[in-house]
Amino acid sequence: MICERFASGKSILHSADPRVKILLAVLYAFVTVGLESQEGQILALLGGLLLVMAARLSLKEIFRRLFVVNLFVMMLWLILPWATTGSGIVNWGPIIITFEGINLAFSITLKCNAIILANLALLSTSTIFSLAHALAHLRVPSKIVQLIFFSWRYFHVIDSEFHRMNQAIKIRGFKPGSNLHTYRTYGHLIGTLFIKSLERGESVQKAMLCRGFDGTFWLLSHFRLRPSDICLVGLATAYLFFVIGVEWSPWR
Amino acid sequence: MHISEGVLIAPVLLAGGGAAMLGLAIGLRRMDVQEIPKVALLTAAFFVASLVHIPIGPSNAHLVLNGIIGIMLGWTAFPAIFIGLVLQAVLFQFGGFTTLGVNTLNMAVPAVLMGALARPAFRSDSGLSALVMAAVAGAGAIILSAAMVAGSLSLSGDPFIPVSRLIFVAHIPIAIVEGILSVLIISVLLKTKPEVIRNY
Repeated sequence: MICERFASGKSILHSADPRVKILLAVLYAFVTVGLESQEGQILALLGGLLLVMAARLSLKEIFRRLFVVNLFVMMLWLILPWATTGSGIVNWGPIIITFEGINLAFSITLKCNAIILANLALLSTSTIFSLAHALAHLRVPSKIVQLIFFSWRYFHVIDSEFHRMNQAIKIRGFKPGSNLHTYRTYGHLIGTLFIKSLERGESVQKAMLCRGFDGTFWLLSHFRLRPSDICLVGLATAYLFFVIGVEWSPWR
Repeated sequence: MHISEGVLIAPVLLAGGGAAMLGLAIGLRRMDVQEIPKVALLTAAFFVASLVHIPIGPSNAHLVLNGIIGIMLGWTAFPAIFIGLVLQAVLFQFGGFTTLGVNTLNMAVPAVLMGALARPAFRSDSGLSALVMAAVAGAGAIILSAAMVAGSLSLSGDPFIPVSRLIFVAHIPIAIVEGILSVLIISVLLKTKPEVIRNY
């Protein structure tokens, strides 16, 4: 079961305005992706770590998440060092490990993890509902916000529906394997899931029409910028300017 | 099928983001506000289905089902896939803001294309041609997505070319399984509630 594991807590970042957190996360990601110097990338990773510490998230859980996301990066480490042309460090017959290749893999690792850490600290400390609410206040098209709201609201309903059916097939002795029987079972399971979701969607739609839904998304809770939010924005942007400064400085 | 943050170069990210935004705008325009609950419920169902791991030989893979998304939603596949990716980014940190555009594009373009290709077959009464087109759409969407992922990696520099070849080859067995599953899913839909795919 998926839950918003980091969303409850009492740190500065948990209580910060979600609008501010979304904007900062976007800014952080775009600045980090553009960094070309290794010094800048290391500073971005450090910034991510600082944010995670400020959010007081469980380090064990953070490492578990990082591991899963880094599987793609690990695949790059297996290939990039010999696939990049440049000055060789190690020569194993036809395979030449180059300095440039290792550098490329290293800088991807730094940037990727810096962004993940910042996202964990800034976004995962809010619930999806409050993030969607913040998106509405940030003038994201109402249809997108409503889709996020409804998808997340009904995700749990559909997920438990799926688990109920999954238990039903397991209780009847179903063991998945690479055979047509497995694929047929899953095909029917998923097909049924789609039909159930569509039917539920139609009844939700009718219920909403009965209550006068005309597409307007009424915003009930409003956010107010507090001094601590302004502090957060100030500190984070100052740090990013510092990183950009290091990136551009002629004597690094 | 996700490209992680920090891998692609800025021009690829920007082009992907721009094109994804265009597709998103078309998808949203074609979706009536009254349809929001229905589309959202299907998005949730696709999200649940994408968490299912299907055994393939000694390994397993999670489902993408973008062919079926295209068949059931058409252009609305863009917002549905986009929202799936947003949820994945916030919940599991798979992908992120900078790659959101490219990742949406890589999965939604094959969905829309394959949906448009397969839909006419569902309007006819021939059950066989419907099932053949379901297989084509299911497998074709994965192959196209893998090609687009490989393409966006290759555009980011020559060192990525071996990686993109590997990704493409790794997706061939997944495409076959998705093709088989698409046939089975579509046949369930045609048997129990044909109007959901015939109406389009």
